[in-house]
Amino acid sequence: MAAELGSTPANGPGLLAQIGAVGRRSITRTLRQRALLIFPMLFPLILFAINGSALNAATRIPGFPPVSYRAFVLAVPFMQGALFIAVTAGIDLARDIESGFFNRLALTPLRGAALLAGQLGGAFIVACLQSVVYLLVGLATGVGIASGVGGAFVLLALSIVIAFGFAGVGALIALRTGSGEAVQAIFPLLFVTLFLSSASLPRPLIAVHWFREVATYNPASYMIEGIRSLVITGWDGRALALGFGFGLALVIVSLGLASGAMRNRLVRT
Amino acid sequence: MTAAGPAIVVEQLVREYRKGPRAVDGIDLTVSPGEIYGFLGPNGAGKSTTVLMLTTLLPPTSGRASVGGYDIVRDGSHVRASIGAALQEAALDAILTGREHLLLQATLQGIPKATRARRAQELLERVGLTEAADRRVGGYSGGMKRRLDLALALVHSPRILFLDEPTTGLDLQSRTALWSEVARLAHDEGMTVFLTTQYLEEADALADRVGIIDHGKIVAEDTPAKLKAEIGNPTVEVVPADLSRAEEFAQALSAFGSPARGGRGSLTVQLPGGEAQLADVVRVLDAAGLHVASLHLHQPSLDDVFLAKTGRKLEGSAEDENEEPAAAAPARGRRRRGR
Repeated sequence: MAAELGSTPANGPGLLAQIGAVGRRSITRTLRQRALLIFPMLFPLILFAINGSALNAATRIPGFPPVSYRAFVLAVPFMQGALFIAVTAGIDLARDIESGFFNRLALTPLRGAALLAGQLGGAFIVACLQSVVYLLVGLATGVGIASGVGGAFVLLALSIVIAFGFAGVGALIALRTGSGEAVQAIFPLLFVTLFLSSASLPRPLIAVHWFREVATYNPASYMIEGIRSLVITGWDGRALALGFGFGLALVIVSLGLASGAMRNRLVRT
Repeated sequence: MTAAGPAIVVEQLVREYRKGPRAVDGIDLTVSPGEIYGFLGPNGAGKSTTVLMLTTLLPPTSGRASVGGYDIVRDGSHVRASIGAALQEAALDAILTGREHLLLQATLQGIPKATRARRAQELLERVGLTEAADRRVGGYSGGMKRRLDLALALVHSPRILFLDEPTTGLDLQSRTALWSEVARLAHDEGMTVFLTTQYLEEADALADRVGIIDHGKIVAEDTPAKLKAEIGNPTVEVVPADLSRAEEFAQALSAFGSPARGGRGSLTVQLPGGEAQLADVVRVLDAAGLHVASLHLHQPSLDDVFLAKTGRKLEGSAEDENEEPAAAAPARGRRRRGR
């Protein structure tokens, strides 16, 4: 072996190979921690079951769309699931920083972009899995998809975009703070953001003025309405454009900031 | 590495943290290829900070250093390709197996796909983890984790190996096994090893040369044998029967030299006249009416070298507040990048 000493190249493997290696690890970790998969997926479903039946009287409010309340709130589990993904993705990264595993990776020729993209591989798998589960649960409880089979695929795509955007937020907090506790602490804040949106009622029907104003300026409202439109309206170009627009903006902003934070975190000479 | 040049050269290397003293304060050292260099000092002396700088994970505030012939600031990627490092904590993923760790590391180090599995198996055999290879690391003992950590550092066959307190917290058996592997790497494979430790016996057993660091400065550097020979005289360690009379003990012992305080209330003083002076020590203490709980004569050790150079015993002289914790070292956002 002595003859081979120091034989590896300084630049290491290509970017895609690096992303693949880190992504495989992230996905393996995610799939082996079933509790992290199941419970965050279950909680939004429980809320969906409770709200979908208990708040059905809301459909009698004049101006409420002519659909069941269950159909109306089916969009909410997708958003709640995305918030959980933000936390699990962030905690995974923060744990690597806290344990020193991040340092180990930093000593390889791994590029920051590959590390970030790969680390979010697990989040992507969870986003795909839970989106399919929420959709199937909705269908199983009698909710029809007004936009049809094609709309169901678009719904999955939109929910995955949103989840990826929130995963970027989790990664950003983890990279800025290096603390799993700090990542966990953002969850209530994200949850309030969801609460102050059109998650429970259409915006025009929110009676309290300030609440309606906040919901109008809250990007989460438009993400929810994008998903919701596919379920209860059909093909609504404006709602979809806003949903995808805000979702993609979240992806770009959160991953952009996370990349910057990664550069600072991955200080190597 | 440049043809026959030194493996590591450090010149006036400094690292300052904001609102803190210099963790590393202008150190100079040179390590030859194939040498095991022991970097000995208490917690907080600057050992880990030095390793972080030499492994390119922490930019120095000033000074320069080259590792494997590459400048640590200008040629970071080449330095990283030349070195392997097992940092202070065995940074492993509890969810992955030992083999998965090695395969990940091999991929990221650019080892061709065709040889990764073979390389992983080779290293697992070398560190005695073949049977545990496909078990999750969360179930490994401390010694197994350290051995895997060492294997990971060796994946890409580095020429220079940095080991930051590799045996801290290990039992004697695991410690001895790791020592023999490190010795084998240096002596059989010609690998240069930069080893930090706070264990005197580790430096004594392994290192070809030892640098003693205290308060960020190297206070002594030579082979263990020469350092001990330099001290020459034995020391006597006295533990008072009544610890409240420690001051009186110190006063009585000052007849032989300046006594240093150690753990369990002990006082240690060098005997300039050799071990024959032990009887004098007993007589002086007896004359002062001081009763001892225990009294030990020590032949010169690296601890005595440390005592002679710093005025303190190595044991219990930690100054954690001065050093950035190794686990937090990657947490260098803007706030921790120093000046």
